[in-house]
Amino acid sequence: MIRYIRRAAALCLILLVALLVNAARVMVFEAESLDDNPANRRIAIDRYAKQRGEIVVDGKPVTGSRDSGQQLRWERTYKQGPLYAPVTGYASQTYGTTLVEHAEDDILSGTDPMLAPLPLWNDLTRGRQPGGDVVTTIRASMQEAAFRGLDGKRGAVVAVEPSSGRILALVSSPSYDPGVLSGTGQKVKDAWRRLNTSPNQPMLNRALRQTYPPGSTFKIVTAAAALDAGVVRDVEAPTDTPDPFVLPGTRQVLPNEATGCGNASLAYAIQWSCNTVMAGLGVQVGLTGMVDAVERFGFNDTGLRVPSWVAKSNFDREMSPDQLALSSIGQFDTTATPLQMAMVAAAVANNGEIAHPHLVDRTTTSGGTTVDRTGRRGYRQAMNPSTAMQLQRLMVRAVEEGTGTNAAIPGARVGGKTGTAQHGFGNTGTPYAWFIAWAQADDAAQPAVAVAVVVEDAEASRTDISGGGSAAPVAKAVMEEALRLEAEARNP
Amino acid sequence: MTAPRSPDAPPPGIRAPKRRGVELSLLIGAVLISVLGYAEVGLARSGAVPPDAARYGAGLGGLALVAHLAVRFRAPYADPLLLPIAVLLNGLGLVLIYRLDLETPKDQAAATQLVWSTLGVALFIVVVLLLRDHRSLQGYAYVSVAAALGLMILPIFFPAVNGAKIWIRIGGLSFQPGEFAKILLAVFFAAYLAANRNALAYTGRRIWKFQFPTGRVLGPIVAIWLLSVGVLVLERDLGTSLLFFGLFVIMLYVATGRTGWIAVGLVLASAGAFLVGSLEPHVHSRVQDWLDPFASIRAGEGPGQLAQSLFAFAAGGMLGTGLGLGHSVLIGFATKSDFILATAGEELGLVGLTALFLLYALLVARGYRAGLSLRDPFGRLLAIGLASIVALQVFVIAGGVMGLIPLTGMAMPFLAQGGSSVVTNWVIVALLIRVSDSARAPQPDGADAGEPVKVAPR
Repeated sequence: MIRYIRRAAALCLILLVALLVNAARVMVFEAESLDDNPANRRIAIDRYAKQRGEIVVDGKPVTGSRDSGQQLRWERTYKQGPLYAPVTGYASQTYGTTLVEHAEDDILSGTDPMLAPLPLWNDLTRGRQPGGDVVTTIRASMQEAAFRGLDGKRGAVVAVEPSSGRILALVSSPSYDPGVLSGTGQKVKDAWRRLNTSPNQPMLNRALRQTYPPGSTFKIVTAAAALDAGVVRDVEAPTDTPDPFVLPGTRQVLPNEATGCGNASLAYAIQWSCNTVMAGLGVQVGLTGMVDAVERFGFNDTGLRVPSWVAKSNFDREMSPDQLALSSIGQFDTTATPLQMAMVAAAVANNGEIAHPHLVDRTTTSGGTTVDRTGRRGYRQAMNPSTAMQLQRLMVRAVEEGTGTNAAIPGARVGGKTGTAQHGFGNTGTPYAWFIAWAQADDAAQPAVAVAVVVEDAEASRTDISGGGSAAPVAKAVMEEALRLEAEARNP
Repeated sequence: MTAPRSPDAPPPGIRAPKRRGVELSLLIGAVLISVLGYAEVGLARSGAVPPDAARYGAGLGGLALVAHLAVRFRAPYADPLLLPIAVLLNGLGLVLIYRLDLETPKDQAAATQLVWSTLGVALFIVVVLLLRDHRSLQGYAYVSVAAALGLMILPIFFPAVNGAKIWIRIGGLSFQPGEFAKILLAVFFAAYLAANRNALAYTGRRIWKFQFPTGRVLGPIVAIWLLSVGVLVLERDLGTSLLFFGLFVIMLYVATGRTGWIAVGLVLASAGAFLVGSLEPHVHSRVQDWLDPFASIRAGEGPGQLAQSLFAFAAGGMLGTGLGLGHSVLIGFATKSDFILATAGEELGLVGLTALFLLYALLVARGYRAGLSLRDPFGRLLAIGLASIVALQVFVIAGGVMGLIPLTGMAMPFLAQGGSSVVTNWVIVALLIRVSDSARAPQPDGADAGEPVKVAPR
């Protein structure tokens, strides 16, 4: 009998070994894929078990956390949610994250290994750090000025510091409070449906994700291309562009809103926004030259991140001469994000060089130790420095005694360009009012700010003046605030 | 460490060490580990030791002490590991249930489990005190089997709970009689096989290479076994029927030494499992779930229980999340009973789980050890039977919740919530204590325990 007892014991041993091997299989070898299974609620529970790190504007957090008492414990709250929604995005337990909440999620949720003092040890113990903070480059007073300026109208404002690429203001209007999407449950779902079905599209980030035909503001790009290509050597010299201008290869006539545009100089054309001159110059530069030039400004770049993804600004690479002529004045298929047009203004202000635009200055641990800092990075050399100098003078003239007088600021050198973009079938839609500008205090070494404003529902007639009328005052308010802040920094 | 010698002990030289002191110190360790676990849950959850930690420790310690005294006086040669293992497993089970109670404020189970544990220890003491010699059980073979069948049939007259008709509900009290029936059945198998093992092994017809015993000898036991498994299948208690099947095959093999039984058993088991698995919808769904635990996730219905259980084990990893810090409550229904091991896996990790398995393995091994040391076939078969019940039960439920075999509802011995289960396991340990005492006690001069005491089956 002893022999058989031993064999039965051996069977029990086999059962035990099978259990142990199976336990190791589940808990060690398959653990990772099981942990990452999207149906595993632990990911979400762990994620929301701790308070999320804060997004900081001007030293003050614009976010917060609320204990929901639910299984997913901490919910996101927002201070001045609508004002900063285009920067922060939302962090929702139901719908995920967007914008900075998305781009810096590892830091904010505490999973970034850089937050741990000993990353390897942390990996082994599966410890989770408190969420880190994200310090933005946004200036609160500029953001407020831009938001106030749009006053609930559909549109967007982007302000950047030309020398560094820091984004100082990023406003999309109308906006929404991302806090209503934070938690779970029916209220959140209702809010999501309401926001998504609203005709005003409050969750659309018009500053980064919406492209508009840039209209006459694009003439700065065409002018830079013409000067760099040598098509224009003297900005004051008459050009060979008749008024009326027949689109090449067609019998269609391009009209001017301004007078005196026949064979006008480039200076006059920028000052008064002559369509004929700029369309003609674009054709003279040619398709290849124009595409090269606009891509130096960042058009057709699908990879731009600030760190949130930015929609591609478009300039077609294949066009007939008449389409090229229309594209050269910011019509046809040419579209641009407000950020792209702010970069155009910044390129002029910064002697032709565009610094990489960015929204996050640095990330820190919850204790305030810097984890990562976004240094200044070059983006593109958009034009020759001499071309930039000439365009600066032309833009200043447009503000001093041209279409952009509404943006003039005493004590500062302001350059601007208005635009009214026609769109819709047969140009029947309400035109978009554009204004791009930069400003430099008289006693400052370099421009303090470059700004782009677009207002979708410009009430004025289809003239360039509407860009000056609706958009320029908004830009002016933002630039004044930038100059004030810069003066404070220079003379504390 | 040896216990102080009692004055009436046999003179040195032929006496074996009793090791009661070892048992006492191990018991203190087991109680301390349980109390520390209890305190850790409180510290992890609210940053403070639970206010009743001392009471919990005193309660468990008191039970352990009384049980120890009973063993010390009535079974002084018993294996010193059995009782500490039982106390430790029971204590850890209480900690895990208390910990899960924190997640389900409306469903508190730890206090009830403590009451049942107390009852279990009381029965343990009764068995140790009253049963002076395990061989007297041999006379109750047919009483046992009648009682077992009665207990198993009884739940048919009570309403089903969660798809299985294995409960008796009287007032607020519910009891799973099938749990207790497994001890009675082990007693019957041991007695019958001990009495008839020669006939089973050496008589009967030989067909080709196999020796088949006569129907007269084999008939009754097969009938009993078929009856019990049939009842359980009717009640949809597949875990227990699997357990009975395994128990029957192991005991028959040990008694007769015929490997053919194992082969026959495996063939029958496979055929039965296949039939039930494909015909019975309740079982069929569990087999499907075992083959693909994540099907419901792909179907958009969220993770099923087995998937949730696997998530819990995976979340534990090597070292576990720590007591009180896991999320095994996501498993939902039966977290405290069938799936209690998932909480252990998540919060104690592979390391803790391995320790738990080793405790069970030690319990089983000590049962087998006692079986090897005994001279009487009934005692041997009883010890092997009881130890095998523990081994099979652990394998079936642990394998089920970890996806090794299809899930069948069973209780993890001592660990899981369930009154009948904990009481039954205490009785099993009491019987093992009793047989191990006989196995390790010094033999009186000239006595030959190799011959079984002649007791006619009643």
